[in-house]
Amino acid sequence: MPILEAIRLAFGTIRAQKLKSFFSLIGAFIGVMFLIAVVSIVKGMDRYVQEDFAAKIFGINTFSVSRRPGFHAGEVSQALRRAWARRPQLYWDDYHAIRAALPPQDLVAIQSSNQAEGQAGAKTSSFLQVSGVSQDFFQIRDYEIADGRVFSPEEISHGVNVVVIGRDVADSFFTGQDPVGQTLRIAGFPYTVIGVVQKQGTVFGISLDRFALAPYTSPIKTVVNPRKVVDEIIVKAPTLAGMRDAMDQVEAVMRTRHHLRPYQDDDFSLTTQQDVLSFWAKISRVLYTALPLLVGVSLVVGGIVIMNIMLMAVAERTREIGIRKSLGARRRDILAQFLVESATLSTTGAVLGILAGLALARIVQAVSPLPMGVSPLSIVIGVALGVGVGMIAGVYPANRAAKLDPVVALRYE
Amino acid sequence: MSGSVIRTIGLKRDYPMGGEVVHALRGVDLEILPNEFVAIMGPSGSGKSTLMNLIGCLDTPTAGQYWLAGTEVSRMTDDELARVRNRQIGFVFQTFNLLPRATSLHNVELPLIYAGLPARERRRRAVEALASVGLGDRMDHKPAELSGGQRQRVAIARALVTEPSIILADEPTGNLDSTTSEEIMKIFEELYRGRGQTIVMVTHEADIARHAARVITLHDGVVSSDKRQAA
Ligand SMILES: Nc1ncnc2c1ncn2[C@@H]1O[C@H](COP(=O)(O)OP(=O)(O)OP(=O)(O)O)[C@@H](O)[C@H]1O
Ligand SMILES: [Mg+2]
Repeated sequence: MPILEAIRLAFGTIRAQKLKSFFSLIGAFIGVMFLIAVVSIVKGMDRYVQEDFAAKIFGINTFSVSRRPGFHAGEVSQALRRAWARRPQLYWDDYHAIRAALPPQDLVAIQSSNQAEGQAGAKTSSFLQVSGVSQDFFQIRDYEIADGRVFSPEEISHGVNVVVIGRDVADSFFTGQDPVGQTLRIAGFPYTVIGVVQKQGTVFGISLDRFALAPYTSPIKTVVNPRKVVDEIIVKAPTLAGMRDAMDQVEAVMRTRHHLRPYQDDDFSLTTQQDVLSFWAKISRVLYTALPLLVGVSLVVGGIVIMNIMLMAVAERTREIGIRKSLGARRRDILAQFLVESATLSTTGAVLGILAGLALARIVQAVSPLPMGVSPLSIVIGVALGVGVGMIAGVYPANRAAKLDPVVALRYE
Repeated sequence: MSGSVIRTIGLKRDYPMGGEVVHALRGVDLEILPNEFVAIMGPSGSGKSTLMNLIGCLDTPTAGQYWLAGTEVSRMTDDELARVRNRQIGFVFQTFNLLPRATSLHNVELPLIYAGLPARERRRRAVEALASVGLGDRMDHKPAELSGGQRQRVAIARALVTEPSIILADEPTGNLDSTTSEEIMKIFEELYRGRGQTIVMVTHEADIARHAARVITLHDGVVSSDKRQAA
C-alpha cells in the first residue's frame, strides 16, 4: 500500500477515535513542547545575557572590587557566607590608593547605594535608589547627559549637595517641568538637580532609569553607608589587556593594604563581566542537562501509551485485519499500516507540541524582555523524535497485527 | 489438468486440539473447471468452511496438493498466498465482512489498493463493479446505511472488481431472508451465465443449491457425492 494511502487511512482512524488519539498524542506533545519551549527560552536568554545584559549592567573591560563577589557560580555554603561576612569593609582610602596605583587612562569610581525617601513638591517616594558616586562613574557607565551637566570636580571635593537623576525619576518627580535647577529632597536633605541622564531602557523588565546620583562626599554618604565605607570600586580599562593588568594591580594594592601574607586568600572580590557570563553559563547548563531528561521521560511515557493504544487497536480491529488479508494485504502491508498509524499519531503530537512550544516561547517573549531564540535544529529534532517514538512504539503492535492468521482473524467477533 | 481452475489431490487439514487432533478434511480430491457453478453441501462440521479456506488460500493444507489455475499453491509462502488471494480469488462471506467505516466505493476499491493500481483506475473499476450489482446510487453509503442484501451486493462487487479466476462464497445467503437470497442468487447466476465466472458456493439450503450446475456433498471430511444437475 502506498505511504500516502496509509497516512490518509491513519488520519481517518485518528478522526474516528478522537479521545483515544488524544491520549496517544499527549506524550509526544508534552515532550516536544518542552523541548521547543525550553530551547527557545534558554537560547533567547543566552543571547540576551551575552549581548545585552552583561554589557548594559557591567560594561566592557570593567571590573568591580567589593567585599563579597557580585555573582558566584556554584553552591554558596553557610561557611562561605560567614567568611564573607568577616571580611573587612572597603573605604574611601582604598579608592584613593587604587586610583593612585593605576595608570591615568584607567577609569576608577566609587559606587555606594541604598534606598531612601525622595520628595519633591507634592510627590514622595520611599524607595528611591540613591548612590554616592565619584567623577569617573558617568564615563564608566557611558551615561550621556540629556539635560544639564554632571558634577564638577569642585562639587565632589567640597561635597556639594547636587544630584544627577535618571529619566524615570525626572518624569515621576518633575512631571511636565524642567527638572534642572529644581530641588529633590533625599532622606529629608535638599539636593539641587543639575542633570538628567539619557534613557537607558530595561533589563529583565527592570528599568535602568530609576536612580539619583550624588557626589559620594555629599551628605548622601550618611544615607548609603556608614562613614567612609564603600560598596564597590569600579575600574574600567581601555582594553581587555589593560583590564587584566589593572586587576593584577588592584589585587596587589588591596593585599598590601589588608596585610595579607602570601599563603592567605584574598579577602575581597574582583568581579568581571566574565563572572556574570559564567554564572549564566552554569544556569543554562543545568537547564540543558535537565531538558533531555524531561523530554525523554515524556517521550518514553508517550511511547508506552501509544504502544498500549495500538495493541488495543490491533485487538479491536482483528476482523478488519482479517478482511484486509483476505483481499490480498501482505504482512508488510499490515505492518506498514499500523506503523504509519502509530507514527502519524506521535508526529501529529510532536507537530502540535512544536506549535505549543513556540507559542509558549512567544508568551515568554511578550511578558519579558527576552528575545525568542527559535532553534531550527530543535524543530527538526522534535519532528524526528515524534516519528521515531511512534515507529518504535508501533513495532510490537504492528508486528502482532501482521502475523495474525487470516482465518482466525476473520472469525474474530 | 492444465484446463482446471481448481485441482486438489488428497487434501487434508488437521487441527490439533489439546492432546487430540481434529481431522477436518481427510483427503479431498476435487477438480473444478472454468465456468462452473458449484455448490458445496453437507452437514455442519463436515469441513465445508475448512475446504473453502484452503481453496481460497487463506489457509494451507496439512497434507495433499492443490493447484489453482495451473499453479501449485499448497507450498507457497504467506506473501505469495496474499498475492494469489488478491489476483485470483474473490471472497463473499456470510457476514459480508465489509469495513464498517468505509464507504461502498472504498470497500470495493480495497483489493485494488493492494494490487497497486493507481487511484483513478481503482475508482473507475470500483464504480463499474458497483454499477454491475445495481448499487450505482449507493457508492457513498457506509455498510450501516445499507440493507443486508445491499451489503452482500457490495461484497460481491468487491469480489468481482479484481476479475478473479474464481469467486468463493461461504453461505452467502446465510444471513439473508429468502427474497433477498433470491436476488443475490440472481446476481450469481448472471455472473455465471453472462460472464462465464467460475463460482464455488457453500450452502445449507437446497433451494439455494438448486441454482448451481453441480453439487458436491461433504461428509466427515471427505467428498461423499458429486452430481451435475440441470440449473
Ligand atoms: N480453527 C479450528 N480449530 C479446531 N478445530 C476446527 C477449527 N476450524 C474448524 N474446526 C473443526 O473442523 C471441523 C470442520 O469445520 P468446518 O468449519 O469446516 O465445518 P463446516 O462444514 O463449515 O460447518 P458449518 O456448516 O457449521 O459451517 C469441525 O469439527 C470443527 O470443529
Ligand atoms: Mg462453515
